[in-house]
Amino acid sequence: MASKNPTKIKAEPGKQEIFITREFDAPRELVFKAFTDPKLLIRWFGPRELKLRIEKFEPREGGSYRYIHSDEHGHEFGFHGVVHELTAPERIIQTFEFEGLPERGHTVLEIAMFESLPGGRTKFTNQSVFRSVADRDGMVQGGMERGVTDSYERLDEIIASGGVK
Amino acid sequence: MQTRRDVFQAIADPTRREIINLVAFQSLNLNAIAEKFDVSRPAISQHIKLLTECGLIVIKKQGRERYCEARLSQLNEVSDWIEKYRKLWAGRFDMLDDILEEMKAASSAKQKKQQKKNPKQIKKHTRKITTKNK
Repeated sequence: MASKNPTKIKAEPGKQEIFITREFDAPRELVFKAFTDPKLLIRWFGPRELKLRIEKFEPREGGSYRYIHSDEHGHEFGFHGVVHELTAPERIIQTFEFEGLPERGHTVLEIAMFESLPGGRTKFTNQSVFRSVADRDGMVQGGMERGVTDSYERLDEIIASGGVK
Repeated sequence: MQTRRDVFQAIADPTRREIINLVAFQSLNLNAIAEKFDVSRPAISQHIKLLTECGLIVIKKQGRERYCEARLSQLNEVSDWIEKYRKLWAGRFDMLDDILEEMKAASSAKQKKQQKKNPKQIKKHTRKITTKNK
């Protein structure tokens, strides 16, 4: 049975970063592995309503990744980035870019940290640093994947209702 | 493209956050607000204009004075997206919990096997236990 460790988000107004923290009832070697083994990552990283396809995944310094989410309507949207540092089992620093934006360059820096806690537990912290406050609020506000799905659905509705010709 | 002002623009600036704090508890006229800041009056007017465009402040005329009144329910928009984002990650991590449980079960089974075969190899993971035992 899964534990109910709370997921905490810290996103202060006017700042261009977001922190996510979560504790796990497992040693950090295992948690780190679940983040860096594509066979494991694919099982948990995709949002429930979307399919996740990993096109490229090189968990090493200088490596890169690209993965694609697709929804039930067949809409696809990709994310990609480069691994800057990968120090097992404590730290991953990588870039992240959502390919669904109208222009390139809205890159995010992600710093994931895995701390050992007593009792074979782990504290995971992810800091995402955006280029601007507007980038942060805009990209996350849409819930990213969900926002995009929603907007596609809305677009479908608009097209269906004859709003777009 | 969307040109609508939103609440995120409003709270992105420290002076505007301060203005919201000032008028949250009592309506103030423009002069009273401007007096609290070192910034020029036109600059404060600009901030207030943006805040009204975002819907966080409404300006009410009382006689010759114009008073700024706070409309803070919009700020919920902010906690809404944070909550959505949190839920997205909470959902992922719940699935990860299950995978970790499997991994824990698998690795302890593997350790037991290896312990018989090659006790040195797993020393690192079970250091505490092995030193205690020895």
